[in-house]
Amino acid sequence: MASTASDSLEKRHHRKPLYVFEAPVRIWHWVHALSIVVLAVTGYLIANPLPSIGGEASEHFLMGNLRMIHFIAGYVFAIGFAVRIYFGLVGNKYSRELLYLPVWRREWWRDLFGEVRYYLFLQRDPPHSDAHNALAQAAMWFVNILVGVFMIVSGFALYGEGLGLGTWADTWFGWAIPLFGGSQQLRMLHILGMWLFIVFSIIHIYMAVRADIMGSQSSVSSIISGWRTYKD
Amino acid sequence: MPSRETFYEVMRQHGITRRSFLKFCSLTAAGLGLGPEFAGKFAHALETKPRTPVIWLHGLECTCCTESFIRSGNPLAGDVVLSMISLDYDDTLMAAAGHQAEELLEQTVEKYDGQYILACEGNPPLNEDGMYCIQAGKPYVEKLRHMADHCKAIIAWGSCASWGCVQAARPNPTRATPIHKVITDKPVVKVPGCPPIAEVMTGVITYMIAFDRLPELDRQGRPKMFYSQRLHDKCYRRPHFDAGQFVERFDDEGARKGYCLYKVGCKGPTTYNACSTVEWNDGLSWPVKSGHGCLGCAEDNFWDKGSFYSAVTNFGAMGGAEASADKVGGILAGAAAVGVAAHAAASAVSRIRSRNSEEVRHD
Repeated sequence: MASTASDSLEKRHHRKPLYVFEAPVRIWHWVHALSIVVLAVTGYLIANPLPSIGGEASEHFLMGNLRMIHFIAGYVFAIGFAVRIYFGLVGNKYSRELLYLPVWRREWWRDLFGEVRYYLFLQRDPPHSDAHNALAQAAMWFVNILVGVFMIVSGFALYGEGLGLGTWADTWFGWAIPLFGGSQQLRMLHILGMWLFIVFSIIHIYMAVRADIMGSQSSVSSIISGWRTYKD
Repeated sequence: MPSRETFYEVMRQHGITRRSFLKFCSLTAAGLGLGPEFAGKFAHALETKPRTPVIWLHGLECTCCTESFIRSGNPLAGDVVLSMISLDYDDTLMAAAGHQAEELLEQTVEKYDGQYILACEGNPPLNEDGMYCIQAGKPYVEKLRHMADHCKAIIAWGSCASWGCVQAARPNPTRATPIHKVITDKPVVKVPGCPPIAEVMTGVITYMIAFDRLPELDRQGRPKMFYSQRLHDKCYRRPHFDAGQFVERFDDEGARKGYCLYKVGCKGPTTYNACSTVEWNDGLSWPVKSGHGCLGCAEDNFWDKGSFYSAVTNFGAMGGAEASADKVGGILAGAAAVGVAAHAAASAVSRIRSRNSEEVRHD
């Protein structure tokens, strides 16, 4: 047991830094993160407005501004998403890991369960991965791709309600309103989607920081510099 | 009842003057949002086209659609259309009853096969072979299917016929089913609302019988002329919404000042209807104007969408679980935070332990 652990330490010791996150991926990550923060704060306040303000209605435009900021951040989120998908197709092999889950690969499942065992303290070292471990990849795919697409579609469908019938947002995304049971229902699902992003962010940040402290390779600095470096 | 008579002739027989007739034409054109030139087109159509009969059926419903209809803001329009309709068949409004009334249905099917309009108020219950709604000794759904077979087009009056409404609320014991899910081979125009606005009803039916075509419909089969915008889009309290001025409680200063009712559950932002423009009772008032939020009665499944008094509501889809989107999300986020904290603590403990054991080994 002790000898195998030191063997793997020995191997890591000689590993050279690896360039995993190319600049477009890093820029997208931070733009995406910022847009999610803005969207969640403004979105929460649109659903649960602040206490009323006094004076004449003509003197204020608080809700109007919140909605405008939400819509702009929504555009940033959606356009960034499209750019990220495109870059996933033309970028390095690590940039593709967000786009799909290799569920047909036996090793992927082995790594996934290995990660789960690692996080349950049943296994001392996690399975090796260069960019994203299988568990992180699965979580990122479900939230950023699946929930992300839902948020873009539902967001633009609801945006289309304000733009009006026959506008581009209504024409392209308006079908989502009856599909998900009406305008109110879609709003509530859109809010739930926000909460899923918040849950993801809590766990994502925790795991990134934890990996940086406890793991054998760099984590937080990699999404800033792009380089994966190895400790010891 | 001569079969080739025109609407105009019928109206004149009912003592309506030409002046009143022309007024009706321009009011209807205006009500439908059509240009002034359409008043003449209406008059021409009603003068020259043979009258289209309308059969008005009642399934599971509360008759609020009919109540609304006979209170049409422009009484003339109501009277005219009403007299045109009650000539044929409407079991609530017509004078005939019993076998005599049911005979009228068969006469219409024979004389006007494929030409009449079927206006359905309420919906058929399908459980127990439709036994929850019996008319003239037969399940209503059979009568509906029979009449729909020979009609030209169907108008689904109100939320019952359009979506299912209260009687289709969970768990829907009678399996009350909206018209478009029972009759799938005829065009169905949905005119939702509980009830729909009287002027909307007269507008839609007049358009259909005068121009002999369906009004332009949206994705869900509702006439665009009345259902293309949310109440919120034309609400006179909208400036207060945009400013961030809300009624917090029904007895606060904001309520007295007429602030936006969004925080006390107004469903105006998610409800498609013409209330904020056409209003009710001859433009007298409408829910928001009277100080109460919109319930969203013209929306699909509004009864099961949770509280009428909060903006963030329950999920209709979650098997009746009484939890709003924010509650569910808050619990998930709280659980994630607690889980992360616990995991961090466990990680620290496991690290200290493994360090200790390493130290022991090094010793």
